[in-house]
Amino acid sequence: MSRIINISRRDLLKTGAVLGGGLILGFSLPVPKSALAGPGKAKSFAPNAFIRIGDDDIVTIIVNKSEMGQGVYTSLPMLIAEELECDWTKIRVESAPVAPEYNHTEWGPVQGTGGSSSIRSTWNQFRKAGAAARLMLIEAAADSWKVDEGSCRADKGYVIHDRSGKRLSFGALAEKASILDPPKEVVLKKPADFKIIGKATKRLDTPEKVSGRAVFGIDAKVKGMLTAVVARPPVFGGKVKTFDPEKTRKIAGVKEVVQVPSGIAVVATGFWPALNGREALEVEWEEGENAGLSTERLRSRYANLSMTPGVVAKKEGDASGAIAKSVRQISAEYEVPYLAHATMEPLNCLVDLREDRCEIWTGTQFQTIDRNAAAAAAGLKQEQVKIHTTLLGGGFGRRANPRSDFVVEAVHVAKAVKQPVKVVWTREDDIRGGYYRPMWYDRISAGLDSHGMPVAWQHTIVGQSIIKGTIFEKGFIKNGVDGTSVEGASNMPYDVPNISVDLHSPDIGVPVLWWRSVGHSHTAFVVESFIDELAHAAAKDPYEFRMSLLHKHPRHKAVLELAAQKAGWGSPLPNGHGRGIAVHESFGSFVAQVAEVSVSNKGEVRVHKVVCVIDCGRTVNPDTVYAQMESGVVFGLSAALFGAITFKDGRVLQSNFHDYPMVRMKQMPKVEVYIIPSEETPQGVGEPGVPPIAPAVCNAIFAVTGKRIRSLPVGVGGLQA
Amino acid sequence: MISLVINGKRHMVDVSPDTPLLWVIRDHIGLTGTKFGCGMAQCGACTVLINGKAERSCQTPVRDAQGKKITTIEGVSETHPVKKAWISEEVPQCGYCQSGQIMQTVALLKSNPRPTEGDIDELMSGCICRCGTYQRIRRAIRTAAGVAAKGGKK
Repeated sequence: MSRIINISRRDLLKTGAVLGGGLILGFSLPVPKSALAGPGKAKSFAPNAFIRIGDDDIVTIIVNKSEMGQGVYTSLPMLIAEELECDWTKIRVESAPVAPEYNHTEWGPVQGTGGSSSIRSTWNQFRKAGAAARLMLIEAAADSWKVDEGSCRADKGYVIHDRSGKRLSFGALAEKASILDPPKEVVLKKPADFKIIGKATKRLDTPEKVSGRAVFGIDAKVKGMLTAVVARPPVFGGKVKTFDPEKTRKIAGVKEVVQVPSGIAVVATGFWPALNGREALEVEWEEGENAGLSTERLRSRYANLSMTPGVVAKKEGDASGAIAKSVRQISAEYEVPYLAHATMEPLNCLVDLREDRCEIWTGTQFQTIDRNAAAAAAGLKQEQVKIHTTLLGGGFGRRANPRSDFVVEAVHVAKAVKQPVKVVWTREDDIRGGYYRPMWYDRISAGLDSHGMPVAWQHTIVGQSIIKGTIFEKGFIKNGVDGTSVEGASNMPYDVPNISVDLHSPDIGVPVLWWRSVGHSHTAFVVESFIDELAHAAAKDPYEFRMSLLHKHPRHKAVLELAAQKAGWGSPLPNGHGRGIAVHESFGSFVAQVAEVSVSNKGEVRVHKVVCVIDCGRTVNPDTVYAQMESGVVFGLSAALFGAITFKDGRVLQSNFHDYPMVRMKQMPKVEVYIIPSEETPQGVGEPGVPPIAPAVCNAIFAVTGKRIRSLPVGVGGLQA
Repeated sequence: MISLVINGKRHMVDVSPDTPLLWVIRDHIGLTGTKFGCGMAQCGACTVLINGKAERSCQTPVRDAQGKKITTIEGVSETHPVKKAWISEEVPQCGYCQSGQIMQTVALLKSNPRPTEGDIDELMSGCICRCGTYQRIRRAIRTAAGVAAKGGKK
């Protein structure tokens, strides 16, 4: 069925009328040769905020989502191209400036990228934008030829009148189309007619990334720019007591040593003198109330809290009563540590601050929030601040900070030095800089009936709220429960008649933030490990046990079933090998994974193979879905095997990749990905691959060793103990 | 003044001789394809070729690179089999580590044109990819080496 969708004014603002022309044309990446920068500006047709067609036939798509590896600079143009019928090879991509037209369609008045929402939230918006532009081009052609619009069609960048054989390129029609009014309504294609959506499409940003020409925030430059590194307190919440810049000033290349709210900035002609200057700096810190922070003490505080009832997140039936009356009771405690995002590109932000304006180049996921925070810090009006979103060398949520830490700090440095300045974080700054995935402690119990089936489930969660104190409180915290703390637990899919999930959100002085897959990164581990415990307690096959409890969840069952089938669930394995399975829904998608793991005599864990099945609704670019599943598996595996940020005397004990390790090539399992064909609305793919891997691996470890992993990370050779 | 030959072009730079080559390449020469990732030779993002050998430029004082032939990602031809394989196998995600991965592979295939799986594990494990593109890197190395990628689904 074709659908007629009314186009609102908000969707289709005529640039001339509302945006004021210059806004759309205002940005190109600082490297002029960049294929991502914007040609086609002369005599261009800009029917809405997302499309600009030049008389050179170049179709520039202005993308309002940040490209951090997840492929939005390709998949979002695919949505437009499907309806526009343009020549795919003529497409160029520009990152959107900050403007209301680019606000997230689901988040209220902010522009941003996160929550695996880019495709879902632009699915109609971008297709409508493409369709409207096509209709205007057709109208322009039909008028030129004095024929009926209905007798014309668009294909591969041309409007064609079949009867007469006439054709005009989009570029040739651009000027004429640019004076037309956008259509009041458009008819979107039937999915059966899709030519681009659903077809594996090469990423548009690959050639630049392979050539070395791609511009990340750390590569941005402006004339007269200096580079700064900042000495920040060794303890969160600490302050500068005194500092002596004398030795620092003597270092060749150091220009300024300035105090900013977050610490002391050493500003130099380049990164190396700035770093040397910081090393020479003498700072005495007021460490503040977190000086005694230790992971050990936090852990016992959380364990104690978990024994008391928290705020109710979910309650059905009488879980504690039913557990008491059940034939068999099983309980366990699970714990996971703080985790740093450790994007490959360390945080950075370039600020050019003048009397009456401020320009910022950075890889951000939160344009509006950063823009507003920068304006406040600079003492300017919001409209005086411009953000140029560069490519992001990884985001994973770290570059979506409601507190805009790395942007605000850079504005303060620029304000102090009165010259364009780029603040660059070292890897150590990044690992120790906070905004971690919270540490969690979970106490979970269940009761089984005489058939081994669960009759009650009680889950207490302890950990910091990432939302409390941010502008997102209203949307995310309901009745004292931060939804991101319990997602994946309060809606766990298994059919258990009595269920209770409650939450403690202690205030701890460690800055916390969303980390790829947010709450699911922890709840999937707990729920999917504990359901495995119940299966083994009931002497049932973990796969069959899950399937028997998912009657109300056909999409969970479908991914589980295919994963089990593709992994050869139940078939023999070499000695010392075992399989583990897990399934989890997040960001609207359903993912099941089967991990094949071996454990050596020395206790070394090796993940050999992961079969991953996803149902993400309709697929836009299948190759991106495959890539994101591979990526999610590796990201989750690094955390499961190695990831931990720990504290002693208020200090973070990790600092770089030697003590905060990542999965490397030699640890890379073979990952097989399968996509369930679906006609449902497209859902998330950037994050849903992460949650199931930790439980799948730990369930496999149990299958091999009989040892249940209830505390992450597994560790290197950690099974010896 | 220190004299450097980068991608066949001579540059004179006025820096302290202990400055890491990485920052000379990025901040002084202005070639930003070579990336900063860790500053301690743990991640491989800064990998360049020095006399054909893969080196971590963040741990190479510029004085040690004088008089040697330095190649950065910008100095590898766009038609080089490794770059072509990276494109055909759609390797990059965020792309930040890929300059280092490519430079490491160029060096690997130069010294070992038909690497085994074990060789790839050994030689590529110095380069971290946080996006987890390892499977595709492996495929691209096989493609570049002219070894038909074995089956298996993406």
